[in-house]
Amino acid sequence: MSPEGSGNSNAHGVAVYVENCAKTFADGTHGLGPVMLDVARGETVVLLGPSGCGKTTLLRIIAGLETPDAGGRVLFNKIDVTRVPIERRNVGMVFQSYALFPNMNVAENIGYGLKIRSVNGAERGRRVAELVALTGIEGLEHRRVDQLSGGQRQRVALARAVAVRPSVLLLDEPLTALDAALRERLRGELDRLLRTLGITTVYVTHDQSEAMALGDRIVVMRKGAIAQIGTPREIYFAPASRFVAEFVGAANIVEATYTGESLLLPGGKLAAADAPNAIPNGRVFVMIRPESIRVVSPDGAGLCGQVETVSFVGDRQRAAIGGIAGKPIMVDVPNSIALKLGDRVGLAVDPSAVRLLPGDRV
Amino acid sequence: MRDRVIFAAQLLFTMLVAAFLIVPAALSMLAGITLNYFRGIQSGLTLQWVVQVWELYSDTIFRSLVIALATLGVTLVVGIPAAYALHLRSDRFSRAIEEIITLPLAIPGLALALALLLTYGGFSDFRRSWLFILAGHAVFTLPFMVRSVLAVFGAIDVKTLDEGAASLGASPWRRFRDVIVPNAAPGILAGSLMVVTLSLGEFNLTWMLHTPLTKTLPVGLADSYASMRLEVASAYTLVFFVMIIPLLVAMQIFAGYRRGPTVLPR
Amino acid sequence: MSKRAFVRFCFVPLAVLVVAFFALPMARLVLVGASGDQGLRAYAAILLDPRYRATLINTVSLAEATTIASLVVATISGLFLQRHRFPGHSLLVAMLTFPLAFPGVVVGFMIILLAGRQGLLGDVTLHLFGTKEVFAYSLQGLFLGYLYFSIPRVILTIMAAVEKLDPSLEEAARTLGASPWRVVRDVILPALAPALIASGAIAFATAMGAFGTAFTLATDVAVLPMLIYTEFTLSANIALAAALSVGLGLVTWAILALARSYGGTSIAAAG
Repeated sequence: MSPEGSGNSNAHGVAVYVENCAKTFADGTHGLGPVMLDVARGETVVLLGPSGCGKTTLLRIIAGLETPDAGGRVLFNKIDVTRVPIERRNVGMVFQSYALFPNMNVAENIGYGLKIRSVNGAERGRRVAELVALTGIEGLEHRRVDQLSGGQRQRVALARAVAVRPSVLLLDEPLTALDAALRERLRGELDRLLRTLGITTVYVTHDQSEAMALGDRIVVMRKGAIAQIGTPREIYFAPASRFVAEFVGAANIVEATYTGESLLLPGGKLAAADAPNAIPNGRVFVMIRPESIRVVSPDGAGLCGQVETVSFVGDRQRAAIGGIAGKPIMVDVPNSIALKLGDRVGLAVDPSAVRLLPGDRV
Repeated sequence: MRDRVIFAAQLLFTMLVAAFLIVPAALSMLAGITLNYFRGIQSGLTLQWVVQVWELYSDTIFRSLVIALATLGVTLVVGIPAAYALHLRSDRFSRAIEEIITLPLAIPGLALALALLLTYGGFSDFRRSWLFILAGHAVFTLPFMVRSVLAVFGAIDVKTLDEGAASLGASPWRRFRDVIVPNAAPGILAGSLMVVTLSLGEFNLTWMLHTPLTKTLPVGLADSYASMRLEVASAYTLVFFVMIIPLLVAMQIFAGYRRGPTVLPR
Repeated sequence: MSKRAFVRFCFVPLAVLVVAFFALPMARLVLVGASGDQGLRAYAAILLDPRYRATLINTVSLAEATTIASLVVATISGLFLQRHRFPGHSLLVAMLTFPLAFPGVVVGFMIILLAGRQGLLGDVTLHLFGTKEVFAYSLQGLFLGYLYFSIPRVILTIMAAVEKLDPSLEEAARTLGASPWRVVRDVILPALAPALIASGAIAFATAMGAFGTAFTLATDVAVLPMLIYTEFTLSANIALAAALSVGLGLVTWAILALARSYGGTSIAAAG
């Protein structure tokens, strides 16, 4: 997990401010509604969302590969760069397909940006060696691109983007093209690398665990709009809407009646913690994560129901308890508790884990 | 048993067709080095006809080579940037442009030659030089170069490479030079072979456009078929084959992006 | 310079070449075609005047015959070659596609060598039957010439199409009891139909516009390109020649547009 906030004393790069940027494509499709985003210097912001939500469009607008519709502005350190083409913005970009140049070897790829900036050969060689060491690809300098594995290509792409000391690092789903095991391993390395570099980073992904691991803040997007911005913990424990709740993890979302002190469900009662934006005397949607619910003896428990399904996941069990709400409630149960289908059980929930979702934004 | 018969029948048929195509070519190559075609091989082998062809027609051979190389130069300079621009735009406009570029192929060479004569016949210096023929060849071979380069652009995701280079600060010209062209090399090579082969063998256009001082090899061939003895005509054809065959072989080897050469004789 | 400016700049050499040496001349041709004493009616002359109509019919029949014959030959041989491998296979393929680059004049010469006054076939028939068969300079010779340059191209296209056929369809037909001939008729030919139409259209268009072969064989059989040639060079009937060329060009272009709609742009246009 990354530290809270962007309290990073090793901050480099520029602050990025996206003001009122929207994008309508040539064929009329609306890719991005007007959005606003503020990225602090040295911060890593993750744009998270399902495909088609506009996250890549937003990234490309920041990069300079797309221009926002009229009225939108992009500022780097308060300087308006909206009209500046990508080749003059000094960004470092890692593409989903890596875009490594087949006609150059690894060292030439990494050094290309420096060559453009007329850095002399010796200095270039030094910097390339530095980056090769940083990304852990020693020995590959003279290989051609088609001789590299997926993970190696990803590292070369990163080294190349970083070599020019960019003001902003932009990554477009850099791990998506890799298989699951490799992705996990590289995610950790990427996290370490980004912390070391400290450059302002905007990272696009549809994988919520990647977002949680890498982002100082996460921007959850949906259908061209921002659904919520917050730290990983805020997003996870206090989602602003049903969509966000369900996108970043398993969630039980049930309908209840709020009486001001507790929540009434068909299968019992829940004590509600302080919920500042709850609407009293109304029907509300309540979110509880499976791991926050404990299975207890049915006698005296606030909620009672019966076991409908139980599956063994490996490190725990996942049970569906029916009769409490409209849909079965998913509960994470430690392996030490034996459950059978049809067992009558009680559920105990820590009040602070109960989150009321704002009714109008469900 | 029935399968064996069918196989044999098809094989025989195919061999007959192949023979139909090859035998005259082989005959002509042989005739070019035979002392006397009537008496056949017994009369002996000789290079005298080839020598005679050289004495009579060496200028046509040189001219054809010069025109072919010049045509190649023109199509490279015109075709590669055009293919790049067309690929990047990929909209209705570029499709229309592709149609227009390909039109010269749909129109019989005769018509194109007539059109050129009517328009530029008055500029006698131009009309009488080999540049006039070059113009016709360039227009006719251009679609092959453009299509070949477009094909390779499609295969290597040029757009993302272009964006990658742009993100590193390269100007459009720099990107074109360092990334786009080197990676389009296979298509450029295939297109070049095609252009040179087409130009060397072009007759329909060239016959109308030529003057006695700007004869090309195919034009010379037509001359020799009409007026020279069989051995000389054959020797001349032999020279043409010797020039063409390596190109055809090279094209077969590079048949990566298109299904074999798609040359059209006239 | 900006990206958009660079892209526009990339079009400049193309624009210069195409406008100067194609667009303008073609426009001129169309105008000249209408400038003769018949005016615009010259364009209809190809259909109305009996002389020209005869030439048109000749040309079309020849092109048709060539197309059908080369399609038949190419289908039989193309299927055979693509489906069987044996020693000498690549040699056979090379021999069949080698004449691809021959200009029409050379093809004419090949026919002369085969069936001309000193031709091979003449010698053979002299030996066998006592009379020398010479038909290079007649309609049969012309047909043979057209066949000569059509077969290689059509075979190549057909072979490419056969390669893309799904063998499981034929296997399914055989499990249902179909004989080899029925498999060909009911499964293979329908699947090849687009390729056949496309390459047939190209063969047709090429045959319509072929000049070099007819020129070398110097037959008295009138085909359209020869007519245009003689009108221009011998009769100095420029307007008529122009009109006829434009007409021929339109017909060829239309046929090729048809080919493209069936076969895609992977097949080369005619020339």
